[in-house]
Amino acid sequence: MSRHFAVRDIDWPLVLIALVLCAVGVLQIYSATLDTEFHSAWWRQILFVAGGWVLMLVIQEIDYHSLLQYVPGLYIGTVLALVATYAFGQSAFGSRRWIPFGPVHLQVSEFAKLVIILLVARYLTELRTEVLEIREMLKLAGLVLVPTFLVLKQPDLGTALTYLAVLVVGAFIAGLRWKYVAVIAVVTVIVLPITWTFVLQDYQKTRWRSFIDPERDAQGSGYQLIQSQIAIGAGGMFGKGVTKGTQTQLRFLPVPHKDFIFSAFAEEHGFVGVVFVLALFFVMVMRIVQNGQTASDPVGMYVCMGVAGLLLFHILVNVGMVAGAIPVTGIPLPFMSAGGSSIWSSFLALGLVNNVRLRRFVN
Amino acid sequence: MTLPPADPHLETARLSEKPPLRDDFRFAAGKIAVFQYVTVVIFVILVSAFWRLQVQNPQFYDERAVANSVKSVPIPGPRGRILDREGRVIVDNHASFSLRLARELLKEEHLRPIAQGLDLDYDDLVARVRRYRHRPKYEALPLKEELTPLDLAFVDSHRDFFPELFTIPSQRRVYPQNGMLAHVLGYTGEITEAQLDMPEFAKYDQGAVIGQFGVEQQYNEILMGQDGQRQVIVDNTGQVRHELKSKGAVSGKDLELTIDLDLQAVAELSLEGRNGAVVALDPRNGEVLAMLSHPAFDPNKFAVRIRAADWKEIRDNPDKPMLNRAIQAQQAPGSTFKPTVALAALESGTIDEQFNVHCAGGAYFYGNYYRCHLKGGHGTVNLHRGIVQSCDTYFYTVGNMVGIDKIAYYADLVGFGHKTGIDLPNEKEGTVPSPQWALRNYHRKWYAGETISVAIGQGALTVTPLQLARAFGGIAMSGVWQQPHLVQTAKPEKPVTWNLDPVHVKDVVDGMFGVVNEWGTGTLAQIPGLQVCGKTGTAQVESSDLAKATGGVASQPNAWFVGFAPCYAPEIVVAAIWDHGAEGPYVAPIVRDILKAYFDKKARLTMLRQQQSEDAARLAAIGRLDLPGPSGPQ
Repeated sequence: MSRHFAVRDIDWPLVLIALVLCAVGVLQIYSATLDTEFHSAWWRQILFVAGGWVLMLVIQEIDYHSLLQYVPGLYIGTVLALVATYAFGQSAFGSRRWIPFGPVHLQVSEFAKLVIILLVARYLTELRTEVLEIREMLKLAGLVLVPTFLVLKQPDLGTALTYLAVLVVGAFIAGLRWKYVAVIAVVTVIVLPITWTFVLQDYQKTRWRSFIDPERDAQGSGYQLIQSQIAIGAGGMFGKGVTKGTQTQLRFLPVPHKDFIFSAFAEEHGFVGVVFVLALFFVMVMRIVQNGQTASDPVGMYVCMGVAGLLLFHILVNVGMVAGAIPVTGIPLPFMSAGGSSIWSSFLALGLVNNVRLRRFVN
Repeated sequence: MTLPPADPHLETARLSEKPPLRDDFRFAAGKIAVFQYVTVVIFVILVSAFWRLQVQNPQFYDERAVANSVKSVPIPGPRGRILDREGRVIVDNHASFSLRLARELLKEEHLRPIAQGLDLDYDDLVARVRRYRHRPKYEALPLKEELTPLDLAFVDSHRDFFPELFTIPSQRRVYPQNGMLAHVLGYTGEITEAQLDMPEFAKYDQGAVIGQFGVEQQYNEILMGQDGQRQVIVDNTGQVRHELKSKGAVSGKDLELTIDLDLQAVAELSLEGRNGAVVALDPRNGEVLAMLSHPAFDPNKFAVRIRAADWKEIRDNPDKPMLNRAIQAQQAPGSTFKPTVALAALESGTIDEQFNVHCAGGAYFYGNYYRCHLKGGHGTVNLHRGIVQSCDTYFYTVGNMVGIDKIAYYADLVGFGHKTGIDLPNEKEGTVPSPQWALRNYHRKWYAGETISVAIGQGALTVTPLQLARAFGGIAMSGVWQQPHLVQTAKPEKPVTWNLDPVHVKDVVDGMFGVVNEWGTGTLAQIPGLQVCGKTGTAQVESSDLAKATGGVASQPNAWFVGFAPCYAPEIVVAAIWDHGAEGPYVAPIVRDILKAYFDKKARLTMLRQQQSEDAARLAAIGRLDLPGPSGPQ
């Protein structure tokens, strides 16, 4: 299996789009952290991107079939690392997410996403049935829920939800019976809101809220959301220009180089810039799906669809959040938000897609 | 729960039970298509959300972004001080900080720690926030005035926790204690909703602090400074990043009153504990040397924002502390009107000073018996004795002979029935009744008996203490009535003058000299070595408006005394009224105190000046030092 692949076989449009998004991100980080203590973030981000590029090249060389063999070990290692993070991790902004690793602080939960993708792909492939029985589905869900729960307790609701997104996309493609889909849909759309509104008492709601998302009140999400919407709206059609957005520069916008980087970008580059970046993300998701469609076997397809679902979920939650379409949940925007773990896991995910693509022709 | 085994050899052992691993995934093609459609829908929704925010409503969010970062910081222009005639400070400013709450940044759960940190009542704070709920968000809630250093430290050290708190510098008025001069000085207050709708207040902004009473109101234009403004860019913690533009503040001008604080203090002490009013004028130029009204209020309570309980207490007080009795109490003058009637009789030629009336304790007019205050009667009374003894019978007779028209004419001449024009808001004019007055106001005929009442200062006749002081001063000045005023203006009003016969003036003034010095009704006003003139008055209050309003039918009569000195070259005239003080003579000591204080001070200053000029002369003679000439008030 250790065949060497030609450089031209890499999905160049895909990685070029990723690099353009990274460039836009670095520019925005530069602008958003001007005159602040975080100003070194822009060149650190460049280093992270370079490192991510190397990681991508490395991982695409290892045949994904061999990677899948290590899934039990990777899974157990991830769970242990998450427990270790929870027990000894670095505390920042009221949550424990990072463990120190040389000069950088690794966020284990970011890399756990990739393990979840591989886990779901392997598990669903080995079922070998046309439909996913509810019993198997619950077993897989149990496996995914262990790291999800650990991340939720960090607490980091946004990242925890990404694991479920991968699970849902995988289960859907594996052929979860429509009646189960219908039951899950009915429960989420009708039963939960009714219970929430009419059955639960206020103090119970507060308890649930603080269980699911303890950051919500501490950070004053209402204020963040309003400031984010003002920033986006003030950008108008063409934006205020780099380093000219008042919401970003005067720091009315919370963490404008991380979770709220897209509102900072929208303020300084306007609707035109927003459409440009969203178009890049759209093409990116679609190309990943296409790589899934041309994979040589189902497990490759599951890997690609897992990456596509993960990316789509990140975009939906982050961009939807800053626009006020969905509740505030801390989650980075892939390739753009400042942070090594996020960049590296994003490039590793791209590496997985390339990995599948390079081996699409069955001999 | 365990994973399916990863070892391919183990896998093959169970191959027979399970279908083979598939290498095609046509089964998934439909699902992948669904995923693609969902992706398209999600991106369409995201783009449309940004379209709605960025393109449909460009103004709305832009304005809010500006409102976030551009703040106007007022620079207070301090109000001018108020000084007395010798430049002593009566009203000053006290610089302080006041705390505001930016409601758009407020978080409910912050209220309790804020209330604790600033020693505010939590429930009261919540109620105030709730009351502001319907106001626009950008309007800050005034949280606390007069911040202590402790409060400031709390706000400074919690800037990151409570970004909604911000301080602005403010100036507060400091008035004298115990309500001294309260009615003259007045107070300042925030411009009211009602005033904002009036055209004359159009130049003031909402929230402006303007004079609302007394001199503060009358001379607001001079006293009021102009607030400057800095437009600055602030960041999310309220730190100023840079300044856009700034407009300097302009201080208000100091205002010097004609009030002499020494005399005012004497007058306040003299009237202390009694309801009434005192006005001291310089009849030579109309300067008000002292003016007070009791009971007074404390303007300091209005200086920031009067508490509801304090306002209720003032408003419900039956003694009406907000009434400036010196210019607003319209009371029957009683016998203090008699010098005016005497002057009218002499000037109109109705009688001469030798005219006699026999007083047997009263007399019949138009079928009714009118009593003199002295039951046994004064016997034969001429003009001089009539004034000295304040004989009612004499003035009934003379008034009846002069007639209401001429009495009204001379009453109007000396200044009754119309405002003196003093520079204070809301002066009252009093009433001079006459046949025309009766017809105009009540559509009735004049009853001849009313003339008899008016002749002794009763009936419908009402005056203010200021009018009385001005009238007496003008008569003593032989017919020059200066316009009373509290502030020296560049172009003083011309006095009202009338060519009074000096002989007649002397007859009347002699009578008033007798009141004080010839065992008349005002002997308590005597000052050894000084020619004091005056007239007492004991006025029934049944007819007065104030008495009716306060329901004081059965109350004691008002006690009046008007005095001036020296008799033939008056420098000061003082009118005093003691509400329900029973008898005019009882109020004479108040006037005496003020006159004495005036002349004592004058003597002291003369001595001091003499001493100074002697010292200067001696030093100049020695030749060591060349001092300038004597200084000090002339």
